[in-house]
Amino acid sequence: MIEIKNLSKIYNTDHGEFKAIENINITINDGDIFGIIGMSGAGKSTLLRCINLLERPTSGQILIDGKDITSFSGKQLLELRKNIGMVFQKFNLLMQRTVSDNVAYPLEICGVPKAEREKRVKELLELVDLSSKANNYPVQLSGGQQQRVSIARALANNSPIILCDEPTSALDSLTTNSLLQLLKDINSKLGVTIIIITHEMSVVNKICNRVAVIDDSHIIEQGDTKDVFENPKEEMTKLLLTDMLGMERGAE
Amino acid sequence: MAEFFQEYGKLLLDGTIDTLVMVVVSTFFAYLFGLPLGILVTITSEHSILPCRPANMVLGWIVNIGRSIPFIILIVFLIPFTRAIVGSAIGVRGALIPLIIAATPFVARLVETSLLEVDEGLIEVAHACGSNIRQIVFKVMLPESMPSILMGVPITFITLLGYSAMAGAVGAGGLGDIAYRYGYHRYQYNVMMATIILIIIVVQIIQSVGTLIAKKSDRRIRK
Repeated sequence: MIEIKNLSKIYNTDHGEFKAIENINITINDGDIFGIIGMSGAGKSTLLRCINLLERPTSGQILIDGKDITSFSGKQLLELRKNIGMVFQKFNLLMQRTVSDNVAYPLEICGVPKAEREKRVKELLELVDLSSKANNYPVQLSGGQQQRVSIARALANNSPIILCDEPTSALDSLTTNSLLQLLKDINSKLGVTIIIITHEMSVVNKICNRVAVIDDSHIIEQGDTKDVFENPKEEMTKLLLTDMLGMERGAE
Repeated sequence: MAEFFQEYGKLLLDGTIDTLVMVVVSTFFAYLFGLPLGILVTITSEHSILPCRPANMVLGWIVNIGRSIPFIILIVFLIPFTRAIVGSAIGVRGALIPLIIAATPFVARLVETSLLEVDEGLIEVAHACGSNIRQIVFKVMLPESMPSILMGVPITFITLLGYSAMAGAVGAGGLGDIAYRYGYHRYQYNVMMATIILIIIVVQIIQSVGTLIAKKSDRRIRK
């Protein structure tokens, strides 16, 4: 379980203080696919990056299985990160490494012996349906395939938590669907908790069981996806829903 | 023509070998010292992975001072030091010390430029995977920028070739020395022309081979 309590991140800029996120309270249960949705600049990316301390929160707590991680540093911090997978909008694959070696990277970092690494990489590539591309380089792959590799990489250490930062924003809608299906399968097969940042309600609609709407650095609404969709309370939520419906109608 | 080669062939061959020895050896040592220096300058800078302002400033100064002294003056300035280390300030051996000292900061800047080309996103992934500083440098930054770092080798080599000709003027031997002695002191333009042609050939070969190796190593190029 991940409990985020009164979390704030304030940047000191040349133009004074900038509050990226303020007083955030969220609880994410094990096995959730938790969506955090908001417009660009709402602070959702900052929030996600606080969970593995790529950003240090200014105040507040993040409890993972009861332990406050915000004070972690040194070895403890590295251990934390080894147990949280991350998927990025731009895939961020190592371009000079093969697909296999990209997936093996987190295992190398953890000092997993070579034979074991190879076995694990093989399993992971089967899971994301890319066994045939094992020895290719990222440049030879499509965007969707590259994102599959990065999902395999995020899973490599048997991470119980995966953070996804706009994982489908660089992909076309068909590829998006198959990628979301993959995340859903992984969630149900492996019981991995997935936290996904997005600006598209359709993404939330397709895979998230719970959702939080973030607007102007604050969480304005959260709950079960079904409830929020059926009974949106805030203007921003309604706006995002209308946008999704408009897009769906346009697609018909 | 045959007469020319009979008379100067040996001289030109020895000069070419001397030049190549000077440049190859000094390029090697310049990378031996310049690569770690370049890595340290890069990673200690403000927004990099091991920010440390004092270290970054000191290393930056070392690199800048090394790069600001004109090479011909550096040779003279280093004479006592060179004598102390290799026992002589002239000949190929005497030229090596100033060449290495001049090229090390040059290499450090080239390496820095290459390392800065590495996508921020990749460093972020490395952090997110729980990599330590050493792992980020050796498993991400260096391998990802290797094609660019390799492109710097012929640049360094060719710069040192130019420097070695200057070193020739103060008794280092090599093609620069021959061009200077025969061309400038004796007005034997044919000998000077021959050295120029030899240097051009060396430059062309090194640059072509260097570019080829760098490109071959780059996995971002679809093959």
